[in-house]
Amino acid sequence: MKGAGLDGVSVHHVTRRTFCRWVGAASAISLGCSGAPETPPSSTTGRSKVVIAQDPKLRDTRGKLSPQRVAALLNRALQALFDRDHPAEAWHQVVRPGQVVGLKVNCLAGKGASTSVELVEAVCESLQQAGIRPDKIVVWDRLNADLESAGFRIRERGPGVRFIGNDVLGYSDELYAHGKAGSLVCRTLTEVCDVVINLPVLKDHSITGVTIALKNLFGAIHNPNKYHLNAGDPYVADVFMLPPIRSKVRLSICDAFTPVYQGGPSYMPQWMWPFNSLLVSLDPVALDYIGWQLIEQKRAEAGMKPLRELKREPRYIFTAADAQHRLGVCDPQRIQVIRI
Amino acid sequence: MDRQLASSNPATQVPVDQAPLTECAYRGFDTPCWERREFLKCAAATGTYWLVNPLWAARTNDAVFTREARHYEKLPHKQVKCVLCPRECVVDDRERGYCGVRENRSGTYYTLVYSRACSAHVDPIEKKPFFHFLPGTAAFSVATAGCNVNCKMCQNWEISQVRPEQVQAMYLPPDKLAQLAKQTGCASIAYTYSEPVVFYEWMYDCARASRPLGIKNVVVTGGYIKEKPLRELCKVVDAIKVDLKGFSERYYQEVVNGQLKPVLDALLVMKSEGVWLEIVYLVVPTLNDKEGELRQLARWVKSQLGPDVPLHFTRFYPQYLLKNLPPTPIATLERAKQIADAEGLHYVYIGNVPGHPGENTYCPRCKRPVVERIGYQIRGVHLNRGKCKHCQQPIPGVWKS
Ligand SMILES: [Zn+2]
Repeated sequence: MKGAGLDGVSVHHVTRRTFCRWVGAASAISLGCSGAPETPPSSTTGRSKVVIAQDPKLRDTRGKLSPQRVAALLNRALQALFDRDHPAEAWHQVVRPGQVVGLKVNCLAGKGASTSVELVEAVCESLQQAGIRPDKIVVWDRLNADLESAGFRIRERGPGVRFIGNDVLGYSDELYAHGKAGSLVCRTLTEVCDVVINLPVLKDHSITGVTIALKNLFGAIHNPNKYHLNAGDPYVADVFMLPPIRSKVRLSICDAFTPVYQGGPSYMPQWMWPFNSLLVSLDPVALDYIGWQLIEQKRAEAGMKPLRELKREPRYIFTAADAQHRLGVCDPQRIQVIRI
Repeated sequence: MDRQLASSNPATQVPVDQAPLTECAYRGFDTPCWERREFLKCAAATGTYWLVNPLWAARTNDAVFTREARHYEKLPHKQVKCVLCPRECVVDDRERGYCGVRENRSGTYYTLVYSRACSAHVDPIEKKPFFHFLPGTAAFSVATAGCNVNCKMCQNWEISQVRPEQVQAMYLPPDKLAQLAKQTGCASIAYTYSEPVVFYEWMYDCARASRPLGIKNVVVTGGYIKEKPLRELCKVVDAIKVDLKGFSERYYQEVVNGQLKPVLDALLVMKSEGVWLEIVYLVVPTLNDKEGELRQLARWVKSQLGPDVPLHFTRFYPQYLLKNLPPTPIATLERAKQIADAEGLHYVYIGNVPGHPGENTYCPRCKRPVVERIGYQIRGVHLNRGKCKHCQQPIPGVWKS
């Protein structure tokens, strides 16, 4: 299976060294986010921007997401993040034509608590408007079955956008290690994608406190079940540090349409609320910190205990920001929240 | 040491029929008897149809390997609590436990590795190692994917630290395994290589299926298992070898990702159930080789399990996530043996050092060798009905009549 690729998508290997040269030339790493040549610092103030874009009318009267409104919300969020007048200009800060763009969705919980089909469609549409060919867009998660259970149709080849589980291409031969993590990384990420856009869901997690942007990359490795000890600390941060992951994940767009504030990561309709929002950031740590606060706030409103008292405070978010990781910032003073 | 030989390519083939395997089962030590290539050759030769899918198991029929797990509790909101091992994972719907081979599906917990053999070899029993259990016989040795700890020095991590769908596997139900062991002339079936606790249900049923054929059953485990399932298992198996990985909680926490106390508790249960027991202690330079730790270990074994439980000090080689350490110096192993000997243990061995005199069994009374070994080979047995030929001292163990 070595060198296996998707039909029509060339498989190539960006080694760590090439990547560093590539990034170094542009000196564009901001706040520890894995930078791309075009990626600017996420704000002009030296702080990490987190955009919370909300649309109360995102759903129709029957509760169905409006694809047009989701697309509009997404583009507004990207424009706010990059301070651009036109959506395509904003997307050009993330990707450039010719690149293979991976979209890491979160489908383990099945329909209702997974990345929305409407959001993925909107991202695909925006990427195409930014010049990315549809066959260069790869929507992926752990298993084909997981993607299907979240409402996606598997498409491993052909002219359109690809939808493919890691069970198709398998995992790297190389064992990547950082701190307490040692894992094989899916070939979809290591060999197919140039850039990954992280599309997590905003959810409570019964073991790790919350699962948002950082933890979504557990779906890129072969052994996530080993890393839920100690509420995921430092494992979540260590996994994100694995070179192929850290170097390729460019942007996080969190689906917070109906977040789960208790009972996650499973689908728990009784503990979800219609937040109708997207959280967007170049800094996955800042995004996780803000997302965590939103969940705590909702839990408090519902009379539930804070995660700390339940021994599942997501301390891995702080670890991700420490001197050994520098994946982003979690100091509220250094996070600029932009609500639109 | 029990390293598996088969490669673990990310591919899976699920037999849809049961082939007679006598032709392909290779009866040589240290040679995989049933690697995929031979397996397919055999299948072709016998004209049996096999579904060969070079992709991953998740794309094939997982259902044949899926059985409801035996030791778990149902919790509210479709959660389950596994009570097979001391980890006691609480698992959400659609998630898996730490072992990676048990999955919650709508509030019911399933093992995904029932009859899902990812390794099958005929090995000398000395390779497990068992030194006091039918020496010179072959053990039909099997494993599935998965483990309930994550040792940084795991020599079989390519099967133990992966999920079942990430490794080649074959369908090997209990009756078929029992027949295979019989047909290949094995005296025992060994559940080994990865961690048999995680494939408990299959192991248990295989042991029950093979006993009527006169096949013994031996378990090679880290001993990280709760009392109830362990007591049940002890009723159907004949011998257990425990990898006691260190003698400090710190080592278990930092290197093993487990706990020492439950392993010691499990050893006491095994002793009380009367199964034949041997202990292996892999000596890792600088991490678990302190004199005080080794002395405490020897004292504990002698006082809690008795002086006749064999203790093997084996040599570490750099592996997996511990590649920065050198192999254990032989002098360190010899010092460990001296300590345990001095504490009064009768059968202390040095392992992974072929040709070392510490591989032999010596009579504790007349001090002469009663079983001579080089590597996994038996060079001489000087026993008569389980007694030293020279001085008639009974040597504990399970010996050929
Ligand atoms: Zn004697």
